[in-house]
Amino acid sequence: MTDPWTHLAVGILLPPFFGALVAALFPDRRRNGAWLAAVVSSGLTFAASLGGLAYAVIEGPVRYHLGGWQPPMGIELVMDPLAAFFCAVVTGMTFFVFIHGRSVVERETPHKAVPFYSAALLLLGGLLGIVLTGDLFNLYVFLEISSLAGYALVAIGDRRAPVSAFRYLILGTIGASFYLLGVAFLFMETGSLNMNDVAEVVPVMGESPATLAGLVLIVLGIGLKMALFPMHGWLSDAYTYATSTATAIIAPIGTKVAAYVLIRTCFHMFDPEFVRAEIPLADILGYLGAAGIVWGSIMAIAQNDLKRMLAFSSVSQVGYIALGVGLASPYGLIGAVLHTLNHAVMKACLFLVNTNLHQRLGHTRIDRLDRTTRIRMPWTMAAFTVAAISMIGLPPTAGFFSKWYLVLGSWEQANYVFLGVIVISSLLNVVYFFRVLEKVYLRSDGEAYDDASEREDAGVRREEVRASMLFPTLFLGASLLVLGLANAYIVIHVIRPMIPAGL
Amino acid sequence: MIELLHDYYAYWAIMLLLVIGLYGMLIKKNLMKKVIGMVIFQNSIILLFVAAAFKWDATVPVLDAAHPTENVANYLNPLPHTLMLTAIVVGVAIVGVAFALLIAIYRNFGTLEEPELMERMRGE
Repeated sequence: MTDPWTHLAVGILLPPFFGALVAALFPDRRRNGAWLAAVVSSGLTFAASLGGLAYAVIEGPVRYHLGGWQPPMGIELVMDPLAAFFCAVVTGMTFFVFIHGRSVVERETPHKAVPFYSAALLLLGGLLGIVLTGDLFNLYVFLEISSLAGYALVAIGDRRAPVSAFRYLILGTIGASFYLLGVAFLFMETGSLNMNDVAEVVPVMGESPATLAGLVLIVLGIGLKMALFPMHGWLSDAYTYATSTATAIIAPIGTKVAAYVLIRTCFHMFDPEFVRAEIPLADILGYLGAAGIVWGSIMAIAQNDLKRMLAFSSVSQVGYIALGVGLASPYGLIGAVLHTLNHAVMKACLFLVNTNLHQRLGHTRIDRLDRTTRIRMPWTMAAFTVAAISMIGLPPTAGFFSKWYLVLGSWEQANYVFLGVIVISSLLNVVYFFRVLEKVYLRSDGEAYDDASEREDAGVRREEVRASMLFPTLFLGASLLVLGLANAYIVIHVIRPMIPAGL
Repeated sequence: MIELLHDYYAYWAIMLLLVIGLYGMLIKKNLMKKVIGMVIFQNSIILLFVAAAFKWDATVPVLDAAHPTENVANYLNPLPHTLMLTAIVVGVAIVGVAFALLIAIYRNFGTLEEPELMERMRGE
């Protein structure tokens, strides 16, 4: 008799797929039902993920054989601390964005609401499948499910959205196909598609050109999906032209799951020693990540639209994760995994703030923000401030601690390039976030603080967004502080069990 | 060299298809031609799996008295073929979404040529 809690592995996966079916059944005039289905199923899978995480941390990893077929014949789901952690991050963010999204979707694209929620749930299900599966080809199928849903979500937007969605589709397909090509090589060499099996066979086979080519192709394909520099071109347009809620769903979680596959491939399927020594793959990843950090930050400074700025900042933040993976050390991995959580929360919070601003002001142009914005929406701007401080990496917000582990990892290996990049990029982050904060919280030069301006300010009424939108924004903002203060607990109890033996 | 060409001719052809597909996707200016390139690219990978599963003097994996099961070499490995069935389905879905997007683009901008499209998008 197996422990009934092990069924959580499949319990995480089922709600989004069932939810997608149920949501699609609602007619347009009952679209609130679709929203409810989205919230309920993402809430269920969030609860299952948290339960799974607790189980995996306390009882150890779960290997769930679907249909009772033993691997390598059957497909297995692997719910170890790493997988369960990513599931919890992905489902949690989606849950809050769904709660927030109802009135936004209602305002921006009312008659596309039903397919929107259905596609969003398919995206969630696909991403969870990628995280949980223990089979290489199954991962490809889930990758394509999530990508197809992602293309559809991105295409629901303004007139330019289908063009950026098409570009995303072409590059996403190249990425997924490279991954499949890599799987073909590994399959030819090892004769197995089960990740565990491959991990056991590869050291016995020794290195061969086909295995190396397979690994490199997989990393290349996943790098494209992850928007790793210089393969990030699709990301900024796709995020900018999609609707606010679509971006808020995809941006925090889409690239993170690709990062997860990178960690799985580089450290679990292959020996970390192999990735580090035989070919300088880890170094290449780290340096590409470092280049992405700087490039994304510089491009973010150049943007005038808040949404576009956040999109470029995503490129830079993905770079931190790649850098952590590239360090190929315990500190690097802790930094990368912690940063995945922190960045998901920060980005979700910032995109929700962006949506709130768009809802009330009708635009998100940075040059048109001023101090009346703060008076009109004090709570939203407070959440923005916390998230911005966390992005810059000031203690005690969450962002500081993940960067701290990356700094420790770079220091340990005496890699001063990485160290310099992390410090410089924090300064660049200061530039592009304080630019906004300055406009909102400070008076412009030479403007006197007198009665006239006081009266002018008094004339501005507070018009904060409704509670259903404000609550998720504030919750995510507050959780950045909580995550920052609780980081030691998270690292010791949750992330440390993830570190593979060979690292 | 000749041997390499002769023994691996299937792989050479597949590699050529792969490069043609990649070229079509990345270099061609017409969005429809990009989709065509994408289909060629995906199919080349499908062919790679099928070609890798091939064995001389082996037959389909169906029980047959003439081919005793004791000798595994008598049968092809059916796994790559089944995998590729799934990959074909995935490919069809992607092409479907791509066409839907192309229709939406054409409705919005009246063109599928990339340079013109960029110009009209900049005008917005």
